[in-house]
Amino acid sequence: MSLRIVVTVKYVPDATGDRHFADDLTVDRDDVDGLLSELDEYAVEQALQISENSDDDIEVTVLTVGPEDAKDALRKALSMGADKAIHVEDDDLHGTDALGTSLVLAKAVEKAGYDLVISGMASTDGTMGVVPALLAERLGVPQVTLLSEVSVEGGTVKGRRDGDSATEQLEASLPAVVSVTDQSGEARYPSFKGIMAAKKKPVEAWDLSDLDLEAGQVGLEGSYTTVDSAAERPARTAGTIVKDEGEGGKQLAEFLASQKFI
Amino acid sequence: MAEVLVYVDHVDGAVRKPTLELLTLARRIGEPVAVALGAGAADTAAVLGEHGAVKVLTHDASEYADYLVVPKVDALQAAVEAVSPAAVLVPSSAEGKEIAARLALRIGSGIITDAVDLEAGDTGPVATQSVFAASFTTKSRVSQGTPVITVKPNSAAVEAAPATPAVSELSVAFSAQATGTKVTGRTPRESTGRPELTEAAIVVSGGRGVNGSENFAIIEALADSLGAAVGASRAAVDAGWYPHTNQVGQTGKSVSPQLYIANGISGAIQHRAGMQTSKTIVAVNKDAEAPIFDLVDYGVVGDLFDVVPALTQEINTRKG
Repeated sequence: MSLRIVVTVKYVPDATGDRHFADDLTVDRDDVDGLLSELDEYAVEQALQISENSDDDIEVTVLTVGPEDAKDALRKALSMGADKAIHVEDDDLHGTDALGTSLVLAKAVEKAGYDLVISGMASTDGTMGVVPALLAERLGVPQVTLLSEVSVEGGTVKGRRDGDSATEQLEASLPAVVSVTDQSGEARYPSFKGIMAAKKKPVEAWDLSDLDLEAGQVGLEGSYTTVDSAAERPARTAGTIVKDEGEGGKQLAEFLASQKFI
Repeated sequence: MAEVLVYVDHVDGAVRKPTLELLTLARRIGEPVAVALGAGAADTAAVLGEHGAVKVLTHDASEYADYLVVPKVDALQAAVEAVSPAAVLVPSSAEGKEIAARLALRIGSGIITDAVDLEAGDTGPVATQSVFAASFTTKSRVSQGTPVITVKPNSAAVEAAPATPAVSELSVAFSAQATGTKVTGRTPRESTGRPELTEAAIVVSGGRGVNGSENFAIIEALADSLGAAVGASRAAVDAGWYPHTNQVGQTGKSVSPQLYIANGISGAIQHRAGMQTSKTIVAVNKDAEAPIFDLVDYGVVGDLFDVVPALTQEINTRKG
């Protein structure tokens, strides 16, 4: 049996950098270095583990929608061990919202062919966490999301979802869309051999016309939401800092009482 | 007056606080119509009425517990079609965001997640969001369709506004996708007796400096003296000292309490992303250079093993 896994990944501004908005109120990508979203590394890892733990013939494809530099994110996933990559890049994608992103991803995974889509639980920039559910809705396949454990046996995907009030065991038939949390298992570091091998792996480039999409369906024009303003939060006024010389606990209690927390 | 749908988060009929906050926010935009699904749905009507719901739509079916997310989307879509609301508000839990997103797609609408405030605007509700680890505040609108907006817990103070709601049963036809993902087992989380992390007014967190799971008892004792929830940094969770469900930060929970007390937490950007919108921030840390001190209203540079027990004792003494 063969299984086609597509891992959707995102190239995001480094959270440790000084992130800003551009004049059109989209994320300014020139200001800060980008990288593969950390939460997507867990998705790549789970795809590779499913592949390694199976006797089936499994192909792992990483897919991203993003600007030229997003190739770096694909390269990282390929050096971890993915087999091939697809880069959807088009100037008209600038400013695409979550609904638009799910549309592009849905068209791309359908064109690529898939039995299982694996995503991270959220991107580390927008942090909405809705794209996997949207993708499942568009594809008309089960969503098996926010998994801290995932396994595939035959034509079935199983997983564990740790919710606020309960832990649930989930099960669905393939094809399906899965998302995994940072508890699913530490992501591997690319080995030197992996990094060298990644240079020879194929990266396909698609634009909107390859996906039968038009500019108005995506980008700022196709967005269903409008950002009216983005204001930098005023710096906090410097707080009171005391050194504990035996009275630190009491002093802190005094502060909490003054603020009516006690 | 326009009606605003509010999705009710409840456990066997006990309505969770974020839903009551949503009813308060919904009244700024129109008249709240609550949608309660699953076991105990009808039992929610009284408390929803006390907080301003003019109508309560209920529906119970085994599908809500036996399958993931989609049956609830089907029901909410049926409610949208029945009511034609001016907006749909959903609590920003992981499941709430998934439900809201699928609903928005189905009804041809935009979605805004994790709003921290909401007000009426000329062209529909305006949502405030806190982004990039709370370093920016944005104001956004849904520009197409019926706005679907998820709101973070603690975004509004709950206000009572007694109404006598008309309670009726919602008619729901489940879609072909509704039974796609089966819930084959469910283990309810054991209650610690402490408030839910994301809903708590006070959160007391421990990090790397707590240095061992056994030492979390100190953090828990402080939390209990204040009636607070317990949080943990990723370092403490990854070390296995505290459960992931209590993790505050970018890959854990995002909290916005009245008071946040960080103990032995340096304040890496990933942690700040999850707590920076807290109203009052307090930190205890040995390292005077720790970045968390840039955020605090009050900080103590000192050993948490000295400061935290002394603080707990002082609080307990003051409470008499």
